[in-house]
Amino acid sequence: MRRSIPVLATALGLSLVLAGCSGGGDEPASGDEPTKPAESAGTLTVWVDDTRSGPVKEVAQTFEADTGVTVKFVQKDFGDIRDDFISQVPTGQGPDIIVGAHDWLGKLVQNGVVAPIELGDKAGDFLDVAIDAMSYDGTLYGLPYSVENIGLVRNNALVSEPTPDTFDALVEQAKAAGTEHSVLIQQDETTGDPYHLYPLQTSFGAPVFATDDTGAYDGSQLAMDTEQGRAFAAYVGKLGAEGVLKTTVSGDIAKEAFLAGQAPYMITGPWNVGDFVDAGMDVSIEPIPSAGGQESQPFVGVQGFFISAKSENALLANEFVVNYLGTEDVQLALYEAGGRAPALSAAVDTIADDPVVAGFAEVGKNGVPMPSIPAMDSVWSDWGATQVAIINQQGDPGEMWTQMCASIAAKIAAA
Amino acid sequence: MSRTTTPPAASPRSRTARGPSAGPAGPDGPRGPRTWIGAQTFSAGFVVKLVLVGLVDALGVYGVLASAAQQQWGVLAFLVAALLVVNLVYFSRRAVPGKYLVPGLVFLLVYQVFVVAYTGWTAFTNYGDGHNSTREDAVEAILVQDEARVPDSPTYALSVVTRGDELAFAVVDPEGDALVGATEQPLEPADGADVEGGRAVALDGYDVLDFAQVVARQSDVFAMRVPLSDDPNDGSLRTTDGSAGYVYASTMVYDEAAGTITDTTTGTVYTADETEGSFVAEDGTALGTGWRVFVGLENFSRVLADPSLRGPFVGVLLWTFGFAIGSVVLTFGLGLFLAITLNDWRVRGRTVYRSLLILPYAFPAFLSALVWRGMLNRDFGFVNQTLLGGAEIPWLTDPVLAKVAVLTVNLWLGFPYMFLICTGALQSIPHEVYEAGRLDGAKPWRMFRSLTMPLLLVSTAPLLISSFAFNFNNFNVVYLTTEGGPQDLSAPVDVGASDILITFVYKIAFGGVNRQYGLACAISILIFLIVATVSAISFRKTRALEELG
Repeated sequence: MRRSIPVLATALGLSLVLAGCSGGGDEPASGDEPTKPAESAGTLTVWVDDTRSGPVKEVAQTFEADTGVTVKFVQKDFGDIRDDFISQVPTGQGPDIIVGAHDWLGKLVQNGVVAPIELGDKAGDFLDVAIDAMSYDGTLYGLPYSVENIGLVRNNALVSEPTPDTFDALVEQAKAAGTEHSVLIQQDETTGDPYHLYPLQTSFGAPVFATDDTGAYDGSQLAMDTEQGRAFAAYVGKLGAEGVLKTTVSGDIAKEAFLAGQAPYMITGPWNVGDFVDAGMDVSIEPIPSAGGQESQPFVGVQGFFISAKSENALLANEFVVNYLGTEDVQLALYEAGGRAPALSAAVDTIADDPVVAGFAEVGKNGVPMPSIPAMDSVWSDWGATQVAIINQQGDPGEMWTQMCASIAAKIAAA
Repeated sequence: MSRTTTPPAASPRSRTARGPSAGPAGPDGPRGPRTWIGAQTFSAGFVVKLVLVGLVDALGVYGVLASAAQQQWGVLAFLVAALLVVNLVYFSRRAVPGKYLVPGLVFLLVYQVFVVAYTGWTAFTNYGDGHNSTREDAVEAILVQDEARVPDSPTYALSVVTRGDELAFAVVDPEGDALVGATEQPLEPADGADVEGGRAVALDGYDVLDFAQVVARQSDVFAMRVPLSDDPNDGSLRTTDGSAGYVYASTMVYDEAAGTITDTTTGTVYTADETEGSFVAEDGTALGTGWRVFVGLENFSRVLADPSLRGPFVGVLLWTFGFAIGSVVLTFGLGLFLAITLNDWRVRGRTVYRSLLILPYAFPAFLSALVWRGMLNRDFGFVNQTLLGGAEIPWLTDPVLAKVAVLTVNLWLGFPYMFLICTGALQSIPHEVYEAGRLDGAKPWRMFRSLTMPLLLVSTAPLLISSFAFNFNNFNVVYLTTEGGPQDLSAPVDVGASDILITFVYKIAFGGVNRQYGLACAISILIFLIVATVSAISFRKTRALEELG
């Protein structure tokens, strides 16, 4: 064995050399900063999804040139970002910045993985609904860049009279057009789709949670468990019986049908309208008529950038997010890339000549931020499944609604 | 394994090479030097081995350095041990079986044993939403979340400055006066400040840092709080980007010695509860962010004792058995029937049929499941519209039909496999057996029952057992076809009529309501125990079949 020592030594020596080479690549990043500050002032890691990566990368180039910081991008599926972030931040391996949706915020705060950010006076430059949505318990956690909501899309080739003010009249008018469907509202056979029905629900005065005077949702008070809520349930049952609402009309089927001119109206968001316009259809965006007498308010979703609570580059991350991503140019570039209305007021004004985006923004003015409290996660599955049962006439809508509310309340209490 | 290692150990060569200093240079060593230098050192194989092991060592040493930098001592210890073993095994002449086994063993340890052990460990913790990390992280998060900008306080233009090594903030207040302060030193008027563009650019006794210098010390700068005055209730100044300062105040105070967090506005004291993993006040209210703690058998006892979980768990368990057994029986039945049919030489175009039957197997299963989901749509699906002439059968929304639907989809996906193995097994049954049967006057059904089936089962029974184990955890088919639906609206947890255990676990771990990884791991372990028991019993039974064969 003694003779194997040189062999081992050679192997070890070789491996050390190799290790030295492989490790060497990382060294300069933290190496001699004081003497050569312009070389590399640090590294920021950003998680973005496919649609947003282009514009964000462009901003990063300016940022890199200005500050000498290297910005590293990891492209991820939007749906994976939240859970990966929650599980990776505590290990110290997570990114510095992620792109995300405001309704993740409750879970991010609960798990202590997201850091508050301070926009200072710049906060006033953003739409109020966007700042509200990115705040949790009065603290701002994200820089908003886009707002999105659903509206009523009208096929102008099929109806000529103006859109009525009530949903019943709308259904009448749509049926008079003689197409296969009247007002398309996408659903899912198993999970339903409370999101697309929410404007009708709010028009009965039955929001999902009660709000306090600052507009923050109170997760302990389910505001749907009221007579107004049951009235909405009965109305959903009526729409189901009339065949206006069908749980079998999935998002894809609804879109195909509308593209094929099989319905004069569809309740949907900007993500589909681009394809309608590309197909040469003459569409306009209208507010959703009230079904229950009160204002119909769609959920508003806000997207933006969050900073990790354990970022070692907190200062750089804040500088990049607040002073670079929050500018009008970036907000406009992200709008070009994703087709969603910007969250910065000045950017919204710039694109006012885009009738689709401006139309949705107009509808969104009456919207309410989708609750971001953790309790919201307990709501979706019962909410959707019960609406499926109501649409399919599987029982008394009021009773099923009451049972649903009790079930959701129990889940929130147990969570 | 031990049986194969024994003979070399008893061979004469290895008897001489017992201790580290024995071996080639030992008493009867003439053979030693020849093998080391003559036969190995200069042979091409040895050089290749040297380079390969060198590469492995290089990677390993890099991993050791990296894990030391991250202070991951467990990983470091494992890497050191693995490297030692690899080098000893490949440069020793004795460990011949080891040379074949080591790579597999290392991967087994990393990808199987570690994963299983980690799952097991997680099953005994409260890991999940709100209990995500350590207590230190939770304290930090609670304090940071509570620190809020003082309402209507002004924005200060801020420069980061140093005196010696000590950091300080130089700010210009809304009146235009320059102030300077540090962590232990509240803001005071600055001497000899040079203000340009509303910002302090030079200061007597201080050096003003440029952006890159600020970035170099960013964590210190970020953590800095400069009191506005001697009264802590006035709040303190901090910066998040190194150029703008804001006044913040916090109402939560952490007392590390006592392990308590006090809300100074209400006077409520929250005490760290190490059994719950959260800060709890006397009245039972807990702060939102907690940490991960060991909870013992709580997750397991919840599954078995908590009525809101036990009911759904038992129901799901029964259906999981139904689904797994049903899938195996149906796919095997259809596969066997087709195999026997197409094994008959009188069927024309057998190869064409056979290739067509493999198609469902060749198509990715998750795509098939999604296509089936579309085809089973009540109003627009192909099945109802075309095959059943416009019937409105709620395949996906009726509790019983949803179960039928997932079984049907799984039958479509699974029968080609059974067809393949049955075809193979049938062709290996010798013709003489049938001729003997015919001479004994057996009718076809009798021959199938007494000859074909027993002989077929000898070779296919182990595959049927593994197929059972696979279908027991067949997440894709159930989740993509029905999402476990239709949901049971009266159940206190999210559970649907066609949910099997693994989709139920998925809903607990990643679904809508509060993620509970600990609980999900506990149920995973229960699933493992069930599958392992069933498989063990079945394999024991199949031995009886082999004897019969």
